[in-house]
Amino acid sequence: MLRAIERIPITVNGEPRMVPRGASVAAALLGLGITEFRRSVTGEPRAPLCGMGICMECRVTVDGALHTLACQTEVCEGMTVRTDE
Amino acid sequence: MNERQEFDVVVAGAGPAGIAAACAAAESGAAVGLIDDNSEPGGQVWRRDRSHAPSQLARFWLNRLERASIHRFSQTRIVAATARSRVLVVEQPRGSFEVSYRKLVLATGARERFLPFPGWTLPGVVGAGGLQALVKSGLDVQGARIVVAGTGPLLLAAASHLRLAGARIQAIVEQAPLPSLTRFALQSARYGKAAQALGLGLDLIGVPLHVSSWIEAAEGARRVSAVRVRVLKKVKTYPCDYVATSFGLAPNIELPVLAGCEIEDGFVAVTGGQRTSVKDVYAAGEITGIGGVDSALAEGQEAGSGNALGADRWLPFKRLLHDTFNPRDELRSLAAPETIVCRCEDVRRSALDGMTCWREAKLQTRCGMGTCQGRVCGAALQFLNGWRNESVRPPLLPARVETLANPGRRSR
Ligand SMILES: Cc1cc2nc3c(=O)[nH]c(=O)nc-3n(C[C@H](O)[C@H](O)[C@H](O)COP(=O)(O)OP(=O)(O)OC[C@H]3O[C@@H](n4cnc5c(N)ncnc54)[C@H](O)[C@@H]3O)c2cc1C
Ligand code: FES
Repeated sequence: MLRAIERIPITVNGEPRMVPRGASVAAALLGLGITEFRRSVTGEPRAPLCGMGICMECRVTVDGALHTLACQTEVCEGMTVRTDE
Repeated sequence: MNERQEFDVVVAGAGPAGIAAACAAAESGAAVGLIDDNSEPGGQVWRRDRSHAPSQLARFWLNRLERASIHRFSQTRIVAATARSRVLVVEQPRGSFEVSYRKLVLATGARERFLPFPGWTLPGVVGAGGLQALVKSGLDVQGARIVVAGTGPLLLAAASHLRLAGARIQAIVEQAPLPSLTRFALQSARYGKAAQALGLGLDLIGVPLHVSSWIEAAEGARRVSAVRVRVLKKVKTYPCDYVATSFGLAPNIELPVLAGCEIEDGFVAVTGGQRTSVKDVYAAGEITGIGGVDSALAEGQEAGSGNALGADRWLPFKRLLHDTFNPRDELRSLAAPETIVCRCEDVRRSALDGMTCWREAKLQTRCGMGTCQGRVCGAALQFLNGWRNESVRPPLLPARVETLANPGRRSR
């Protein structure tokens, strides 16, 4: 299944990164090797569990909007994402 | 913008059951509204996949939906329902309004059920369907080492899909015992499922399949790096990048409960023609009992047309699924005292010791009161402690505060 996937630039935690166009933010972050999406109330690292908008474990900050569900949000050019907030 | 839109029939949920109901109703001349919170119809099983064409069955129904005269509300979530006045409050990204009906078909489907085990909160431990969904939305799992564990036919489906996407499936771990699985394979042939199962089996040649087995713990510092699996009396350790886990499905009964429908054994109770206990409210698909796509389609057509079309022929299959894959009692002790049960509030199992019901747990520990509103821990605690979380209060999540304060008013 080798196909050319177009990549687009976004900023993750202040650093420029390239991610697949059309991907969800969750898929894009995991693809970059980022697995700490948020901290739980006792400070544990957490990452997507359900992949479909139910568990709320994938919350990140997208373009300044806190608590955005990464699994339900598509990446777009120039997007800024912050994890761990 | 309209503050209230009126329909003869409103269908809640655009999975197979809802699509079939909406088509049947529209084809008999009713004005139909079909509401779903996703951007495209298809529900769980026909979720859009960037790398594969839809199945023949999916294409048939999605085309039929396209041709029917149906008002489709996408990215629209039903957040409240009042059965007496026959009105639903719905929310879209840019505002909220009301939808009224003469007849309501509930087809809100099911989500994955997760059971807690030590380490299940580590990043990299993902739902089996959840990981499939992430792959469908662009995650590259080429070369990733994955252990698929839990129970149910979805494990094989997920393993096969992930393998096709290039993952290295280390093992499939199924808690059901071999005799039940064999009986399931033989009996499901009667429902035309054998070829499907066989196809999956062939896809997975070479992958170790452990039956009567389960994950004892996921290990890793800040993400999962290995799992310990109990295979008969031995423990095997598999290094891995992801654990794809799922213990069957839990029905989305929140909306049916809000609408006042009677619940029986955790599912919406229906009688002939898919009628619920509430007048002019019908239910179809997984919320009436887990049965997969074919029974969802049959029930949907019946609910939408208002005629008995024999959807009850699927009842024995639903029972077979339940009897084969119902989690065994030993799994109740998988979660250790220090294992987190409620991931939103980090409530550990030991914090619930001595408590007898949900109400007590919520008041004293905030278990189930976090942002997911108990959607994850609810199904787990139903299994672990026999607690049923059947009191649902609007708004169904995630609603914006102004929706309930001012239904009908659009915000910016
Ligand atoms: C992850 C996963 C993978 C699956 N894979 C398979 C498979 O490969 N083969 C198979 O046979 N079965 C599969 N299933 C089983 C699946 O449940 C059924 O096959 C089928 O999709 C059930 O149809 P349904 O119409 O009852 O529900 P669903 O397909 O679940 O559809 C319900 C729809 O209602 C929407 N909804 C729910 N609440 C609201 C609300 N308040 N407001 C607006 N919309 C709402 C949901 O978003 C969803 O789109 C899978 C299930 C899951 C959870
Ligand atoms: S992964 Fe569960 S809500 Fe996004």
